[in-house]
Amino acid sequence: MLHHLIRQAARNGFAEHGFGDRLSLTPLPASSRRGFLKAIGAGAGALVVGAHLPLPALAAEAAPKIVGPADPRPHAFVIVAPDNTVTVLAKHLDKGQGIVTGLATIVAEELDADWSQVRGAFAPADQKLYANHFFGVQGTGGSTAVANSWDELRMAGAAARAMLVAAAAARWNVPAGEVTVSKGVVRHAAGNRSLTFGELAEEAAKLPVPQQVKLKEQKDYVLIGKPDLHRLDHVSKTNGTAIFSMDIRRPGQVTAVLARSPRFGGTVKSVDDAAARKVPGVIEVVSLPVGVAVIAKNTWAAIKGREALAVTWDDGKAETRGTDAMLADYRKAAETPGAGAANKGDADKAIADAKAKGGHAVEGEFVFPYLAHAPMEPLNAVVALNPEGGCTIWAGSQFQTVEQMVAAHILGCKPEQVKIDTQWAGGSFGRRATTNADYIAEAVMIAKAYPKAPVHLVWTREDDIKGGRYRPLFLHRITAAVDAKGDLVGWKQRIVGQSFMAGTPFEAVMVKDGVDATMVEGASDMAYPVANLAVDAHTLASPVTTLWWRSVGHTHTAYAKEVMIDRLAKAAGKDPVAFRMEMLKDHPRLAGVLKLAAEKAGWGQPLPQGKGRGVAVHESFNTYVAHVADVTVDAKGQIKVDRIVVAVDCGEVVNPDIVKAQMEGGAGWGIGHALRGEITMTDGVVDQANFDSYLPLRMSDMPAVEVHIVPSHERPTGAGEPGVPTVAPAVANAVFSVTGQPLQTLPFSRGGIV
Amino acid sequence: MIRINVNGEERQVDVSEDMPLLWVLRDELNMTGTKFGCGIAQCGACTVHVDGTPTRACQTPVGMLGPDSKVTTIEGVRGKAAEAVQAAWQKLDVVQCGYCQSGQIMSAVALLTDNQNPTDQDIDAAMDGNVCRCATYVRIRAAIKDAAQTMRA
Repeated sequence: MLHHLIRQAARNGFAEHGFGDRLSLTPLPASSRRGFLKAIGAGAGALVVGAHLPLPALAAEAAPKIVGPADPRPHAFVIVAPDNTVTVLAKHLDKGQGIVTGLATIVAEELDADWSQVRGAFAPADQKLYANHFFGVQGTGGSTAVANSWDELRMAGAAARAMLVAAAAARWNVPAGEVTVSKGVVRHAAGNRSLTFGELAEEAAKLPVPQQVKLKEQKDYVLIGKPDLHRLDHVSKTNGTAIFSMDIRRPGQVTAVLARSPRFGGTVKSVDDAAARKVPGVIEVVSLPVGVAVIAKNTWAAIKGREALAVTWDDGKAETRGTDAMLADYRKAAETPGAGAANKGDADKAIADAKAKGGHAVEGEFVFPYLAHAPMEPLNAVVALNPEGGCTIWAGSQFQTVEQMVAAHILGCKPEQVKIDTQWAGGSFGRRATTNADYIAEAVMIAKAYPKAPVHLVWTREDDIKGGRYRPLFLHRITAAVDAKGDLVGWKQRIVGQSFMAGTPFEAVMVKDGVDATMVEGASDMAYPVANLAVDAHTLASPVTTLWWRSVGHTHTAYAKEVMIDRLAKAAGKDPVAFRMEMLKDHPRLAGVLKLAAEKAGWGQPLPQGKGRGVAVHESFNTYVAHVADVTVDAKGQIKVDRIVVAVDCGEVVNPDIVKAQMEGGAGWGIGHALRGEITMTDGVVDQANFDSYLPLRMSDMPAVEVHIVPSHERPTGAGEPGVPTVAPAVANAVFSVTGQPLQTLPFSRGGIV
Repeated sequence: MIRINVNGEERQVDVSEDMPLLWVLRDELNMTGTKFGCGIAQCGACTVHVDGTPTRACQTPVGMLGPDSKVTTIEGVRGKAAEAVQAAWQKLDVVQCGYCQSGQIMSAVALLTDNQNPTDQDIDAAMDGNVCRCATYVRIRAAIKDAAQTMRA
């Protein structure tokens, strides 16, 4: 649902929502072939193939064997070069989730390339060529990358293969049907002849792109689904040669850091920069609408310069409440009905009836804190103004089209004059995809104010932790009941929090009838068949900036739901797995992962004193995941997570080892924040500053993780986010099985158990 | 001018003595394999070896290095432990975003140089200062054990 709504939002346009009249989402002109090849660094004589798939075909459930027509426009997804390399252009950002490898695998499979000749590169920013079909703009998110690219990249690979075959057939003067391709070699068996891709690249490039291409059948895959394929970035990221935008060094480049208001919504009142300007290495200090920038010869001088600034802030419109006061306001709001998100039957009556007739009602209040993404690479971008107008941006760019529009607005140029050279991103977890291109906009503003040299805007870790765009603070109140037979008969849930869609171009479609879909996803549409379901939501405003955060609304809705389900199972006297299985009869893929995780974890086997086992299951981003957690609760009540078993069903798997890695990482992400992660504020000022106070998961916290992937030939779906939502509630349920105390306030450190 | 020895080469840098080694490496010597992650020695992304000892470059003022100190970075790390560690990292595809991995590898090389049969507790102690937000810890642990086995063989 999220994908379609984002797409509609994009169609509605960003212009109406604060970016000014100049901005629109009309398609950008297609790059010329020559310009495009230059942009991606391809030399002459390369075979460049792309594919354009009509959108309706993407909606089809079953992948057709013949897809076409392939589009002859210069859509480049694959370059076969005379040096025998095959370069796959990734339109999606790789921030660790392995998508460059994933996309390259899809192309290489249909091309029958040898994996050793395959390279990956980031596509340039070009909405027309590289829009995410789910969004309508170029961007990465919502665990969509493989699902989005699956058809077009198979077609691109198959088209390139057909052109190489045709070139070989012409050279040998034999029927194309007698030519075979395997591991990057084109052969004619009868004639005992063979040629490499590189030897055929130039001739193949002169041939027309085929109008129809035949795609492989799954039984013929040699790369897709194979566990022994290595990531394309596994060498460069182990010897220090991988380049992130933090490592970009342009000639004459200067470094900038920005002083921002300590309170969200604050603005600059006055600046005394005399001392800052005296710091050796400081070149310039400029005041901007977003803060005060110190520009220096190097990062250290810029940081020292900022420390020497004296800025007085105007807090007239700033958030001055602390998080305790905000939570008190949330509780007050929760006393009254919110905007309806789901309403089936009569939840109040069902719960009252159950209580009156031998059933059990369970009530719970859940508190979820603000959370920072804190990717390992602090946010940064290099911006150079181009002599012909516009600029070039080097960044771990996640929403290229938005960034082009925002930069164009700031500079007064056309969006296509904004070039983006996307780099490996040192993590994101949602942080780099913003609706106003925040940190890139800052860098462009500074470059505009200081046009003499390329500017590298660097956020320090303190800027990052205090810088907002948090997973919002949420309060949930739930009352649910099982009847005398132990069946779930009523569920009433109220969710209070901030909407990060409000005030953005997404608001018009993401917020329906006062409910932001991302606040209630996973709750209002829960899979458990409750005949009487009422979910409502209060959206409270604050200048504190918020954003999607790895798995978005499911970070809190799945937690509240799955912890409540365990409490209800206990009230009903039922086993937690059995209780869920009864309710998932019409959800075979959820039931499938639940059964698999339970079996592999040894569910039901007795555990020693002080050990607990818990389970949770959930669908997010069209992927189905179940977690079983094993924990130890020691004599002092301190907990340790010992083992996590994950079962995942994400359809056809392109790279099993990368899906496994995402499940391992997703488990760590979920556990780390559940244990100790929270952003709090006192009088509007963030209390945490760095990794000494916003405490990350560390090696000694990390449990063993076992991943089991359900074999499937369904269309591929995402793996980056769905491994997160169920791990924390599985851990909470494991602790509950030992202590009988449900963990409803996050992080767990608040309860003194870690 | 401050003289330092990085990866066996004598270098001269015109910076103040309080500039952390991290920024000398990254901004003055253009050696970007050593990463900036937190600036307060809490994440380990900037880990280098100073005379073989794992050291957080962000909290090491360049003026504090002795005249004979030898700095080793990810670009220059060599030897039996380094080879085994990098090979294990590649064999197990440890990396995700990769930003912390230079520091992880420098810490792991230091551990295995001293201890070729580390227990899980040894690994926790040596590696707890290196944060990985992608949580590649399961594979880091496995890769350290794999590298240790290679070194013992």
